Amino acid sequence: MSNLRRKLQSNHEAGTKSLGIFVTCGFPEKSASLPILNAIDRGGADFIELGMPFSDPLAEGIPIQRSSEAALLGGITMNDTFGVARNFRKESATPLVLMGYTNPVLHYGISNFFETAHSSGVDAVILPDLSPEESAPYREAAREADVDLVFLIAPTTPEDRIREIDNLSSGFVYAVSITGLTGNQIDEIGAVTQYLERVKTIVVKNPLLVGFGISSHDVAVELSRHTQGCIVGSALINKIEHLWSNSQLSSSERLESIQSFIHELKNGAS
Amino acid sequence: MNKEKENPVTFGPQPYDLPDDGGHFGPYGGVYVPEILIPALRELVTAYREANHDPEFRSRLDDFLRTYVGRPTPLTFAERLTESLGGPKIYLKREDLCHTGAHKINNTLGQILLAIRMGKQRIIAETGAGQHGVATATVCARFGLDCIVYMGTEDVRRQRLNVHRMRVLGAEVRPVESGSKTLKDATNEAIRDWVTNVKNTFYIIGSVVGPHPYPAMVRDFQAVIGREVSQQLSLHEGRSEPDVLVASVGGGSNAIGLFYPFLDQTRVRCIGVEASGEGLSGRHAATLTRGSPGVLHGTLSYLLQDEDGQVQLAHSISAGLDYPGVGPEHAFLKDCGRVEYLTASDQDALDGVKMLSSLEGIIPALETAHAVARLPEIAGKMSKAQVIVLNCSGRGDKDMGIIAEYL
Repeated sequence: MSNLRRKLQSNHEAGTKSLGIFVTCGFPEKSASLPILNAIDRGGADFIELGMPFSDPLAEGIPIQRSSEAALLGGITMNDTFGVARNFRKESATPLVLMGYTNPVLHYGISNFFETAHSSGVDAVILPDLSPEESAPYREAAREADVDLVFLIAPTTPEDRIREIDNLSSGFVYAVSITGLTGNQIDEIGAVTQYLERVKTIVVKNPLLVGFGISSHDVAVELSRHTQGCIVGSALINKIEHLWSNSQLSSSERLESIQSFIHELKNGAS
Repeated sequence: MNKEKENPVTFGPQPYDLPDDGGHFGPYGGVYVPEILIPALRELVTAYREANHDPEFRSRLDDFLRTYVGRPTPLTFAERLTESLGGPKIYLKREDLCHTGAHKINNTLGQILLAIRMGKQRIIAETGAGQHGVATATVCARFGLDCIVYMGTEDVRRQRLNVHRMRVLGAEVRPVESGSKTLKDATNEAIRDWVTNVKNTFYIIGSVVGPHPYPAMVRDFQAVIGREVSQQLSLHEGRSEPDVLVASVGGGSNAIGLFYPFLDQTRVRCIGVEASGEGLSGRHAATLTRGSPGVLHGTLSYLLQDEDGQVQLAHSISAGLDYPGVGPEHAFLKDCGRVEYLTASDQDALDGVKMLSSLEGIIPALETAHAVARLPEIAGKMSKAQVIVLNCSGRGDKDMGIIAEYL
């Protein structure tokens, strides 16, 4: 069982929901990534998704699009991202997931990518534009490198396909909450919980986590009722953008603010 | 979900029948999209297959091609151009005479009839130069469907006339501010719209790119070009096979439309011409010539990318060729050597415009002019008994501002 899977499992057995936090590597600047990961870790995230910036992020709403653009302008490379992962791993055992798009992985060399991910302390990889249909070489490379490869389901995914995706996926199954982009508003939370209630009986092999549009503790709690937890991304990106645009703040104030933001997402306002 | 292993494809004795069921042309093509879109693509595959086998759909499409688009378009003997080059007979397939001024409408008409058949009410499209946007807005007006066209703000500025045309036709043009503000980003934004509104929306893609079934479907709708050439050449020359076919390649729909019906006839030499922009060592759009395999906009094909797998910006004087990707079938046809790919620069294209305009009284689009520009070299190695067919894919009215600036 992988490090990530173990963490999700032990939370589940303890009756607590898991919180995954997404942040774009190299945003808002290269040197900020490691301190931000550590602040997220101190805030109590159960695992961290580190975004590998891509020039054409199809599934992202404006906040993550902007963060990727800023990171690429700052000169972030795949090897920089692996470096951040390695340095984080020296200080923390919190599971680390890389999230990004297929092309940079293909270009890096599929086996090379998963091997390097493993040796950098990465536990899992999520590629939202890698369909199960095209995934065979990626699954094989991930398996050989001992890295989980997480697949996504959406409200449009039919039941038999959810089963197949559960079979192919390792680590967890990522349920996209809405037909939309990251950071979009969830309009009808009731419809999402109904969808998750239906899905949880079909996803049996993997833990089920939900993401997209989750920006507060209350929404996280509501959507986690039928899952083992949730993932928050754009809300943190917005927070970071806000913190870094305020020149009055020192860097330790910014990092403390991130830490308490994560703490509040997980535990509610104190 | 297991994809079948591709058989090696040979041209000649066995009929060419790619893509496979998963939309693969050898290693290229396929489906690389967020999960949200997979059911919609499967629905499209089924709907397209059924429509293709429905004689009523075929005859409705043929009827509109004839009475609305103006097909068959003429095959014009370019007499003075032929004399001036002193070699083979050169014919022009006159897609510039299609309604709206380019071959694009062959495809938008096919796709909108399919959208109507599938009960979709809302049409979205991406556009670079605006030709596909205009062709989409046109058929949406004709059939009374809502139309939203995504266009990079840089292209909105460069192609103002086509923005006005789309708006007069009742389409909503949504300027795209992200990334490079050109076709690549307009396509990203159209896909994001589709992800968000997939239940009621049909995405009309403008070239042989995107996830399966688009590359095959757009090719099939454009293949009317090559089929007509075969029939018309029989009348003009007493033979249905030309010696050489030439077409420009951006995404590659006009080229595939011309080549496809001839792919099994291995004596027919097919030549695609890409845009080398300011030169291959500078900014260009020669994806097949200088790119490497990569995934963009839902498909695996050749791609202009940097050493870290980030997509690079393309450049061409022609906004229609200004795209860092190319259709996956072209990638396959290049690798197996069935089609040759050459390049022409911005300056070559302007020379091509001058040549065709002054010798034949036909002002070609800048896209088409890239193919025209390589004719002297291609014809120079051929005999007078031979025949070249060039796809005159569009007319140059939309480019007069740019052409006037340079000439």
